[in-house]
Amino acid sequence: MTLATIALNNLRRRKGRAVFLLIGLLLGVGTVVTLFSLTSALTAEAQHKMENFGANIIISPRTDKLSLSYGAINLGGITVDQEEIREADLSKLSTIPNSRNIALVAPKSLSAVQAKGERVLLMGIRPESEFKLKRWWSVAGRVLRSDDELVAGNAVAKRLGLRQGDGIDIGDRHFTVTGILNETGSQDDHLLLSTLGAAQSLSGKEGIVSLVEVAALCGDCPVEDMVKQISSVLPDAEVNAIQQVVKTRMHALQQFRLFSFAVGGVIVLTGGLVVFVTMMSSVNERTREIGIFRALGFRRSHVMRLILIESMSISFFSGVLGYLLGMAVTWLVLPFVGEGSHAWMWHPLLAVGAVVMAMGVGCLATIYPALHAGRMDPTEALRAL
Amino acid sequence: MSLIEINALSKQYTSEADCVAALSGIDLSVDEGSFLGVVGASGSGKSTFLTMLGGLSHPTSGSVVIDEIDLYQLPGERLADFRREYIGFVFQSFNLIEYLNAIENVLLPLTVKALPKAEKYALAEDALAQVGLGHRMHHLPSQLSGGEQERVAIARALVNKPPLILADEPTGSLDSATSREIMALFAGLNAQGQTIVMVTHNLENLDYFNRTIHLHDGKLTDDRVAGQHCLAS
Repeated sequence: MTLATIALNNLRRRKGRAVFLLIGLLLGVGTVVTLFSLTSALTAEAQHKMENFGANIIISPRTDKLSLSYGAINLGGITVDQEEIREADLSKLSTIPNSRNIALVAPKSLSAVQAKGERVLLMGIRPESEFKLKRWWSVAGRVLRSDDELVAGNAVAKRLGLRQGDGIDIGDRHFTVTGILNETGSQDDHLLLSTLGAAQSLSGKEGIVSLVEVAALCGDCPVEDMVKQISSVLPDAEVNAIQQVVKTRMHALQQFRLFSFAVGGVIVLTGGLVVFVTMMSSVNERTREIGIFRALGFRRSHVMRLILIESMSISFFSGVLGYLLGMAVTWLVLPFVGEGSHAWMWHPLLAVGAVVMAMGVGCLATIYPALHAGRMDPTEALRAL
Repeated sequence: MSLIEINALSKQYTSEADCVAALSGIDLSVDEGSFLGVVGASGSGKSTFLTMLGGLSHPTSGSVVIDEIDLYQLPGERLADFRREYIGFVFQSFNLIEYLNAIENVLLPLTVKALPKAEKYALAEDALAQVGLGHRMHHLPSQLSGGEQERVAIARALVNKPPLILADEPTGSLDSATSREIMALFAGLNAQGQTIVMVTHNLENLDYFNRTIHLHDGKLTDDRVAGQHCLAS
């Protein structure tokens, strides 16, 4: 028989108290686990969305603007010394330190062309990367594959009366319309989409791109650093991060996380108080028993260990059950607060954290009752016999 | 050979309003193998005397030396170690731990001792067999009669094979027939050389003691060896 046998036997005998203690801590741990896993799931979901929707770094040619003003009269400005981005230079993106964070590079060539007697905007793209980047694009028909194929934006197709399979001449080239872009409600509705090579050839700017979109968002992407790194390898380009949406969402989640920690802290503190009060009253009720132990030769430290073992056992189970409860609640709640169930997952580290937290709180809350038990005068206890 | 030497032992309980002398200047020497009875009226200091002899309460003055160890000069937790190794307590009302069965109660003094598990259980089984309870080892106290509970308490006191057993009114809660059985058990242990100091107010028990001391208002008023003359008055 060991001190643990005595402690566990006592817990078995006082089942009601043990269950009360367990619930007190379990609720605290469960709440913290729920809030933490919920926040993690929502953050992961937000990140996943950001990864799927759109670019977050734009590379455009560097320009110098000259302001035209004289006295109080402002005549607007003109663009001077516009630099160009060479398509070949884009290979330098793979040399930046954070190149592994780059998911997609989508260069574009923009030019104004005449089609069926109307002036429209032609955008040359790399279809495979562009359609991956613009996941919200859907095409009635099929995506363009070769230099003599073209996809028309919804508005421009209506304006020019284009349908799938129609032929259209632009400059000295003949194109076949393979599909019509379904309405996006954006500027994309007014574009004709061709391959990058075809657009560059029509504008006479082979090897030159007008704009590059880079998808690089992920959980821990240092976007600001990446902007600096890209600027250093493409000194003639203007590199900007589109972070507003990400920052807003992340800021909201960060606020929620802080709020969660504050709420969790209060609940765990309450759980700690429940442990303290319960253990204190348990010690006071067991004066006689402690007196017997002391008379039989138990040291103060033995009595303290006995009390701590009881509390630690309960705390351990509270941690394990609290984790399971928290994960179950997250699983139930996530479909109502999130927009997908893919983000729910087991967190082994959180499980360890929950058990450590429960045992830490249980231990801290039991230190004083254990000291009190250890300090009990055996004669006082015997007087109570 | 003397096992216990008590010199000028005094204990005072003080409060803001009062000062009560529970024991006053007790001098006593107890030989190894004695069966000493401590008798006296309620409030005479019997229990205080026993707790001091057991290293449970520090005296106001004086000393208690057992087996040449001055109890109250022992540092820190050594007094607890001393109780575990040298003294077996038998309390009034048995004082068994109700959620532990008979053998687990007997094992209690061995719990914090560095012994192999098998050896601990062997010692506990021996002790229970010695008090005639070898067949009731796994019963909870609530499943045992008063006499059986008392026997478990005695086995618990014996399990460490301590040089000294201190018993506080061990028959106080028993009927007279069971009391006689228990006293016979104590007498048998004493016959095997076990030193026992027993507090009692039951005059029937006096026949079992080979020496009896009387306490009155904290003072030793009578010290009598069975069948012999009075040693103190």
